[in-house]
Amino acid sequence: MTELTQTAQHGLSAHSHGAGVPLQIRNARVRSSKSSDFEAISQREEQWRYLPGDRISDFLVDAFDEFAGDLALKAPDDVKTAWIGPDHDLFGKAGLPEDKISAVAWESAQAAYLINIPSDSKPDCQVQLSLVSEDRSASALHLVINAEHHSTGVVVIDHRGDAQLAENVEILVGDEAQLTVITIQDWTENSVHLSSHFAKLGRNSKLKHIVVSLGGKTVRLTPSVEFTQPGGDVELLGMYFADAGQHLEHRPFVDHAVANCKSRVTYKGALQGEKAHTIWVGDVLIRKAAEGTDTYELNRNLLLTDGARADSVPNLEIETGQIAGAGHASASGRFDDEQLFYLQARGISESQARRLVVFGFLNEIVQQISVPEIEARLTESIEAELARSVD
Amino acid sequence: MSILQIKNLHVSVETEQGAKEILRGVDLTIRNGETHAIMGPNGSGKSTLAYSIAGHPKYEVTDGEILLDGENVLEMSVDERARAGLFLAMQYPVEIPGVSVSNFLRTAKTAIDGEAPALRPWIKEVREAMEGLRMDSAFTERNVNEGFSGGEKKRHEILQLELLKPKFAVLDETDSGLDVDALKVVSEGVNRAKAANDLGVLLITHYTRILKYIQPDFVHVFVAGQVAEEGGPELAERLEAEGYDRYVRA
Repeated sequence: MTELTQTAQHGLSAHSHGAGVPLQIRNARVRSSKSSDFEAISQREEQWRYLPGDRISDFLVDAFDEFAGDLALKAPDDVKTAWIGPDHDLFGKAGLPEDKISAVAWESAQAAYLINIPSDSKPDCQVQLSLVSEDRSASALHLVINAEHHSTGVVVIDHRGDAQLAENVEILVGDEAQLTVITIQDWTENSVHLSSHFAKLGRNSKLKHIVVSLGGKTVRLTPSVEFTQPGGDVELLGMYFADAGQHLEHRPFVDHAVANCKSRVTYKGALQGEKAHTIWVGDVLIRKAAEGTDTYELNRNLLLTDGARADSVPNLEIETGQIAGAGHASASGRFDDEQLFYLQARGISESQARRLVVFGFLNEIVQQISVPEIEARLTESIEAELARSVD
Repeated sequence: MSILQIKNLHVSVETEQGAKEILRGVDLTIRNGETHAIMGPNGSGKSTLAYSIAGHPKYEVTDGEILLDGENVLEMSVDERARAGLFLAMQYPVEIPGVSVSNFLRTAKTAIDGEAPALRPWIKEVREAMEGLRMDSAFTERNVNEGFSGGEKKRHEILQLELLKPKFAVLDETDSGLDVDALKVVSEGVNRAKAANDLGVLLITHYTRILKYIQPDFVHVFVAGQVAEEGGPELAERLEAEGYDRYVRA
């Protein structure tokens, strides 16, 4: 990829921290399950600055309906599920809302759907949760994924259909557990999806968190990760494709609160068409106690046409010098002509070469999932998206 | 019978100082089954010739013709040229992240043939070609040219040559960066493609050592964007002994 615009990397050029909107360290935000603790939503606030109010107008109310779509679960027998109330031990344990819509959703969903992966789970434990909605009223859903200590599992949340959904997803990764969570946003073109993920990692645990946003008029996902014990390892991966008029916003946050944890954040997106808009704001905080931290975050965007816009803002706050490594990079660019030439020189038409290059650009994320069935599902979705839109 | 004719070819590239003419009237005729070595010092225009035949947009043809069996190649797009039977083995093959070799080969084969190859015979053909080039079967799972060593890149280029079966192949310094063992393996691949498809080869090289393994029928010495001398294999031997000094000084 040729890197043309908005390069933000330490030592190369200045970041776009955004004039007119006050800077905010993400951990300084209000965190509460009470919507009344939050100010009214305004684009003057950093966390809402990119999202025009008319895209989320149905969410500017005091309560949402409970999600009324289908929840279909495919899981091995030893994975238990239940609807749990706020009095349950695991309810609200991974984190609390950090914005008003997330808090309203928290209040509106009376119960949370718990998926529990037991300590003695089989190595190939795979859980598939399909959410299908045909309902356009603003609704709320609360999920809790609990990977018990020493467990291994993969949880896929597949969102399809037509919806306006505010979602809270809690992810608990127990000591020594290894969990992969994949959330796929494959909505119809009118859908709005605002999703907050809260992950809490135990000692020597590993979380691979993968976000795939393809369909939906407006998708905003805010995954936050907190380490509670040393030895935690998190990989936040994301992939998105925005067409004309789509707004896809991703705001990963990693809070290195304890020593010797590792984080890698890699999000890649492709954009095309008038007013295709993607936003990536990647926050990493290394607190004073987090000695030995190793972190790197990366966002790359491929702009396929004029009229599309990719905002990319990496933020790294470091409160201790005793770290193993910390870096970030962000680049947005256009097609690499040499890649197209190479493919065309093998007889592949220009339009197919473009599709193949974009496919590969996004597929790099898919290749890191290492669950063949899911890779195949996503490969198919990307190919369908490209066949429809890239020429 | 196939024939590739290059007539009075003039090619320029855009530089910061304006257009610069690199090829200044090149004439070459290659028939199928023939191997022509293009030799010359650095900067003589050898690679420009290769890229101009393939249609790289950086190179502007200002005069002359390239004809493939009488068809005007210069009017064809890059992919049309490949589908018409021209192949360029690149000196610096580019990485295509996220695209596996197997996906790439199948897509290229489908494009060249106009239909997808039948799966089982295709897999067998790929496997056999890879064995011939001493490539590990896991290679097809890797992304195109990503993390390939110099030798792996060149083997991958020749693998494509064997599988895509063009009429004419331009090998742009395929020998550069190869140790003797890899050079032999790669040369055998070229010789197999010649034997199997009666391929015409334009072998671009700075050195004579690859000519020990791929026997040229004709040798053309390129100097300053023109053919300075032509002859048979004996010309290569003379270059081996004398170098390019006498052309450059002249």
